[in-house]
Amino acid sequence: MARSLIPAPIAELPWRVILPLACLTCFGAAVLYSAAGGSMSPYASSHLSRFVLFLAMALVIRRFPKEIVRWAAFPAYGAVVLLLMGVEALGFVGGGSQRWLALGPLVLQPSELMKPTIVLVLASFYNSLPVGEIGGWRSILPAGALIAVPAALVIIQPDLGTALAICFGGGCTIFLAGLPMRWFVGGGVAAAVIAPLAFFFGLHDYQRNRVLVFLDPESDPLGTGYHITQSKIAIGSGGILGKGFGNGSQSHLNYLPESHTDFVFATMSEEWGLVGGLGVLLVFGIILRWGLGVARRAPDRFSQLLAAGMTVTIFFYVMINLMMVTGLAPVVGIPLPFMSHGGSSMMTNMICIGTLMMVDRWTKEGGSSSSFS
Amino acid sequence: MGQNTAATLRHSFTRRSFLIGGVQGGIGLLLAARMGYLAVAENEKYKMQAESNRVNLTLIPPRRGWILDRAGQPLASNRADFRVDIVPERLQDAEREVDQLGQLLQLTAVQIQDLKDKLADARGFQPVEVASGLDYDKFAAVSVRLPELPGVVPQRGFSRYYPSGPSVGHLLGYVGAASAKEYEKEHIPLLVTPGFKLGKDGLEKEYDQILRGKPGARRAEVTASGEIVRDLDTREDTPGQSIRLTIDGALQDFASRRIGLQSAAVVVIDCQTGGILTLASMPCFDPNTFANGIGRIEWKMLNDDDHIPLLNKAVRGLYPPGSTVKPLASLALQINGVSPDEKVNCPGGYQLGNRFFRCDARHGVLDMRGAIEHSCNTYFWSMVHRVGYENVAPVAKMLGLGQEYDLPGINQRYGTVPDPEWKMRRYNQEWTASDGLNAAIGQGYVLVSPLQLALMTARIASGRDLLPSLMFGHPKPLGPALPFTPEQLAVTHDGMFRVVNGSGTAAASRLNVGNITMSGKTGTAQVRKLISRGGGGDWKGRDHSWFICFAPSEAPRYAMAVVVEHGGFGASAAAPIAKDVMTCLFDPQKAWAGLIEMEKTWGGPPAQRMAEKYRVYAAQYGVSAPKVDGDAAVEEAMSRSEGNEPQAQTTGVVTGAESGETQAAPAPSPAPSADAKDAAPSGAPQ
Repeated sequence: MARSLIPAPIAELPWRVILPLACLTCFGAAVLYSAAGGSMSPYASSHLSRFVLFLAMALVIRRFPKEIVRWAAFPAYGAVVLLLMGVEALGFVGGGSQRWLALGPLVLQPSELMKPTIVLVLASFYNSLPVGEIGGWRSILPAGALIAVPAALVIIQPDLGTALAICFGGGCTIFLAGLPMRWFVGGGVAAAVIAPLAFFFGLHDYQRNRVLVFLDPESDPLGTGYHITQSKIAIGSGGILGKGFGNGSQSHLNYLPESHTDFVFATMSEEWGLVGGLGVLLVFGIILRWGLGVARRAPDRFSQLLAAGMTVTIFFYVMINLMMVTGLAPVVGIPLPFMSHGGSSMMTNMICIGTLMMVDRWTKEGGSSSSFS
Repeated sequence: MGQNTAATLRHSFTRRSFLIGGVQGGIGLLLAARMGYLAVAENEKYKMQAESNRVNLTLIPPRRGWILDRAGQPLASNRADFRVDIVPERLQDAEREVDQLGQLLQLTAVQIQDLKDKLADARGFQPVEVASGLDYDKFAAVSVRLPELPGVVPQRGFSRYYPSGPSVGHLLGYVGAASAKEYEKEHIPLLVTPGFKLGKDGLEKEYDQILRGKPGARRAEVTASGEIVRDLDTREDTPGQSIRLTIDGALQDFASRRIGLQSAAVVVIDCQTGGILTLASMPCFDPNTFANGIGRIEWKMLNDDDHIPLLNKAVRGLYPPGSTVKPLASLALQINGVSPDEKVNCPGGYQLGNRFFRCDARHGVLDMRGAIEHSCNTYFWSMVHRVGYENVAPVAKMLGLGQEYDLPGINQRYGTVPDPEWKMRRYNQEWTASDGLNAAIGQGYVLVSPLQLALMTARIASGRDLLPSLMFGHPKPLGPALPFTPEQLAVTHDGMFRVVNGSGTAAASRLNVGNITMSGKTGTAQVRKLISRGGGGDWKGRDHSWFICFAPSEAPRYAMAVVVEHGGFGASAAAPIAKDVMTCLFDPQKAWAGLIEMEKTWGGPPAQRMAEKYRVYAAQYGVSAPKVDGDAAVEEAMSRSEGNEPQAQTTGVVTGAESGETQAAPAPSPAPSADAKDAAPSGAPQ
């Protein structure tokens, strides 16, 4: 086939995911181009260059050998927790909350790094846990602690969205590790009890307000509900085919807040309509399906959990963001992967993609010979 | 659950990964359905909302209808204008923006203080005027800096203009931005559109709905922060309808300016139709500057002025009419059987019981005509005493005193025509013969407004029951016929003719216009018992000066009443004004030439004098003048100025005396002391 015309190192790249990603990112760049009033700067060009940069990073991650990754899981986890503590300490010293850590020219958001890291460390933990222990307390308590520490550190930043993402990624990994189903059912019931308590005692005012306004956006049309209302107007007014590229009044006249970051999907929907929205949904479906496929094909427990956890982490971004912009979830500051303008989410998602490509490579190179030890 | 093995775990992983995949797919479907719902089912709704976001409808304040005088000349018009308003709720940093506007528009400290006062009082949605009548450069200077001045609205439009300024203030009222109360009453967007003014007083308020017109609208595409991206389309405003008054604009202006530095009112009525030609009261505020809101300095000027500029003296000033009621009394005597030829000897006063009422002079033997000519009190005392004042009072009412008239936007006061029943009701006291004597010469309890006296003069002059009207082309139908025969009227006319053209009290105010003659009657209404009559003493203590007249004598066309508060003798203050105003009706050039000369000695026309006074006040008080508390305070002040008019009500009860130009001691009379603080104690019988 065509494979003979292309050099092997290029041909063997996982084009099944790179192509959809590139499409999605380019489409995102087009939307950002429009959101900037028909200009490559300041959003679209940096969006594309970041994609190229982080795709390269993902391809580097892809080359990592399994042993090193497995060995590095706990040290990496420890390092990110330290970074999180460092952020807290800096915030404490600086007299204000902060999420960023400036390391020379590099601005690092450790909470973002924690999203893939929690999956990695849990995969490693369950991989090393003797099979017989699954179902016992030793299978859940350490894992719970591994999630709780970073989640707590993030939530006091305060960054509810990221903390939820960490819990969700970690929780799904535990679920996939095969712990008894009744624990999850019980946990669900417990959550149903705790959620109202957490709502009234655990959330900041602005977070509680966001939830309330989500339940009734029109109650505060110019305040917090403004985001949801304007986003729904943008998506709804787009209709089936949209208003046309560059014709979105909601974003161009600044009615839609955060039109290039968290609400980029609404910006897109206004101009491309339902067709554009379903297209984006489809591409995410392809990527996520590929991710779960990689997990299922993976040769061993570590690889499986790692790949599935990474897929779920990406999924969480997509789900929460899209539910938020369509008015199905409260406003939490979570961007849409590969479309929203912003470096840290691009980095996190590319780490997840890179990890998936890495597992995919392990599977292919290990062949079917590699067995579940 | 059995023992876990690697195989069961792998199996479990696969199952659970499919479960997660299923959940993902389900959420994907949910999202797709949600998008479809928003974009298809609710598309119309959101399309409209997006459109109402995008398109901003700005109302264009309609041009206000003109107010025209009888000749079609504007008393109130509009002029093209560059203006700047502030919408307080859109301000971001009020302090900084006001200061920046102050620099751009070169406002004085006083103006900036006034602006801050207005901002402090305004509710968020009410636009506050910063400045109007700007030149293009200042307007442009603000316009280009709009991005740094959120909430500031520069626009070109039209603003109300009163060409003769203070001369028409009381008559027309003024316009201003809607107050919070007015907006509550009439909850439409136009009222909070920057630049829109509604009538606040007088005719402007009465006919507001007619004058207002319909707003135009400009559709523009705007950003979320309110910046205009481009204009979409514009609908022109529909100007308000004009209204036309019976007022003679030039005469109104002349009369107002002729008043000069006095506190006075002039009313001129057309003897053929009852149309009001002039309704002047001075001093007055300038409605041109009132339209921009009342500043601190202006407020202090108005409050400090003992001439009470906020009171429309022509209809709300009440004064004892003094001897101007003698023509009225002469008609009342005739229909009660007194022969005009019967003579009375005036020995210098009138003896009633053990009291002696002193006349101004020893007039000797006089008939009715002579008694009017020389304003002899003794004649009227003795004759009214004979027929009884209770028979004079109905004639006074018949001739228009003690009544209000249906005049749009003109808030009047009744005044008083006393009779026994009234006194019992009001003071719970019996009517005395002295009360009748006082009332007979327009003192005691009698109180009238200049409008009423002008109407009385018009009715006496024409012999018809005229009703005053203000809207041109809509004269009021005549009332029931007056019961006077032409012969009876001729006697009264004759007496009034001799007042001016014979050896009467106003001989100095004879008209100098061709062969046109004027008939009239002086009046000097005593304010309080004085050691000496007429002038001298402090201003507040001096008598009110009256003059009523009509011309031409033989075929009355115009009737007039003039009052000069504390002007002294009727002949010396009021009559000269009446003479000049009457001259203006027949020979305007001559009258105006004379007025221009007089104004040179007064410091120019009223608007110029006010500007000069403002300058002095601003220099003296600056921003330290007390603050105005909005519309409410102005309204309150207007009603307070009635109360500030105690001279009219309380001093009328003092003594009766008349305006002979001779010096004579006032005749003390038994005055009911009523509630008069100013009033002197009752005179002792002599």
